[in-house]
Amino acid sequence: MPAWTSRSITDGAVRTVLVAGPLAGLVATGFVEGLGANPVEAVTRYLGRWALRLLLVTLALAPLARFAGTGRPLAWRRAAGLAAFGYACLHVATYAVFDLGLSPAAFFDDVAKRAYITLGAGAFLLLAGLAATSVRAVARRLSPGTWAAVHRAVFPAAVLAVLHHAFMLKTSLTPALFHGGILALLLALRAVPYRWSSRRT
Amino acid sequence: MFVRYPSRHRESAVTPYQAYLNRRQFLRAGAGVGAAVATVAAAGPAAAMGDPEAAREAANGMELTAKSDALSYNNFLELGSGKEAPKENAHLLPTDDWTVTVDGLVNRPMTFGMDDLTKRFPPGEHIHRLRCVEAWSMVLPWQGFPLKALLDLVEPLGKAGFVAFRSIHAPEKLPNQGNGDYPWPYSEGLRLDEARNPLTLLATGLYGESLPPQNGAPVRLVVPWKYGFKSAKSITHITLVEDRPETFWHTVAPEEYGFYANVNPDVDHPRWSQARERRIGDLFKQPTEMFNGYGDEVAHLYAGMDLKKHY
Repeated sequence: MPAWTSRSITDGAVRTVLVAGPLAGLVATGFVEGLGANPVEAVTRYLGRWALRLLLVTLALAPLARFAGTGRPLAWRRAAGLAAFGYACLHVATYAVFDLGLSPAAFFDDVAKRAYITLGAGAFLLLAGLAATSVRAVARRLSPGTWAAVHRAVFPAAVLAVLHHAFMLKTSLTPALFHGGILALLLALRAVPYRWSSRRT
Repeated sequence: MFVRYPSRHRESAVTPYQAYLNRRQFLRAGAGVGAAVATVAAAGPAAAMGDPEAAREAANGMELTAKSDALSYNNFLELGSGKEAPKENAHLLPTDDWTVTVDGLVNRPMTFGMDDLTKRFPPGEHIHRLRCVEAWSMVLPWQGFPLKALLDLVEPLGKAGFVAFRSIHAPEKLPNQGNGDYPWPYSEGLRLDEARNPLTLLATGLYGESLPPQNGAPVRLVVPWKYGFKSAKSITHITLVEDRPETFWHTVAPEEYGFYANVNPDVDHPRWSQARERRIGDLFKQPTEMFNGYGDEVAHLYAGMDLKKHY
């Protein structure tokens, strides 16, 4: 149990917002303006959208730490990544229960036939692997090098998640391009040479 | 014969007495009325009157979709993308001085004002399922008349094989019609025998009121055994032609949206299954029926055709 320093309180607040913020937003929307004529679809999409956004937040923390010259955002990555996985779980659960009626046959049919389901399933499997290796007991057993290598899977997971979104859209690709653009930016930032960002030489 | 009215709100604002009676009767019988898949006007059987539960049973489990849902969950790209945009942008649809021109391969080309149209063809009540290509559906009480009546009046020529429908074109008013990615105006088409089927309606009302803009005011097509995009909204031109006309979604993505677009649980959309649908208002999906449940009335139109090929 860490001491109640201003630092630990900030860290706790950030983590709480990451994990509970989107869910609170969904509940508030539900009470204030309702979820529209097709609430199942609205909830499924909301959860998927936030799983993807939290994944982008996770990927934004390292560049943020680098360009802000402080390591603190790095301490939020685990919470952000696990929150992304948590929302992905809820997203998949809504789809499995309400769209598929928990039918395995319907699921395999969908995975085999629909590109966007295949891509989404791939992203979800990668995230599950990342979440499993984020359990501290598991993480300790892996060498730091192995752990880092495994966790680079967050990049393909994010790419698959953006494609999953894009392949689902019927008319305009704009919403997917928005997330895709942010992802591209976050990846590009990692290619910036360190000497451009290091402030403390 | 072109009768022009200064505003469609003058005379058409007055509900015809018969329609008024039908409406009362309909309301009294509760939400489910309309002996179901039934096409024909008026309310359900007398036994169901005053007993909504019985009416619902008589309607084969077809409970009407909540009006608030039907008026707020729409696909009408001219008024914006997203399901709620059409309602939010409803005021942008210019419906004053509306005319419908019927021309092409006919003996008597005609142009109608809205009052003229509804006077010649008094609308009756028709409760139909609407199955969207996106795997959701609604049960809606339309007021309208069979398109066949209009076609009979203009007398199609022998070589007319198809009917082409054109929707409103007003790029200066409709936000999305400036978008050059789409072949505006919206267009749809039916084979002449499909257009003459008694199920095919021109609708001018919904839930006993004139058609709201987001649902295709002031007059739209209703083809209940086909995916919703075939039921073109806000129609200005109906043209009889010899060959199959170009249609909007088929032009945009032919491999996803066929010309026939009959509701068919066995032919998937390339990106999703059509085997099941979510009835708006329900949590769980239910099986989709061939021809949206209207097989008895329309299956004969496609005898001998491979509907997997002609999707």
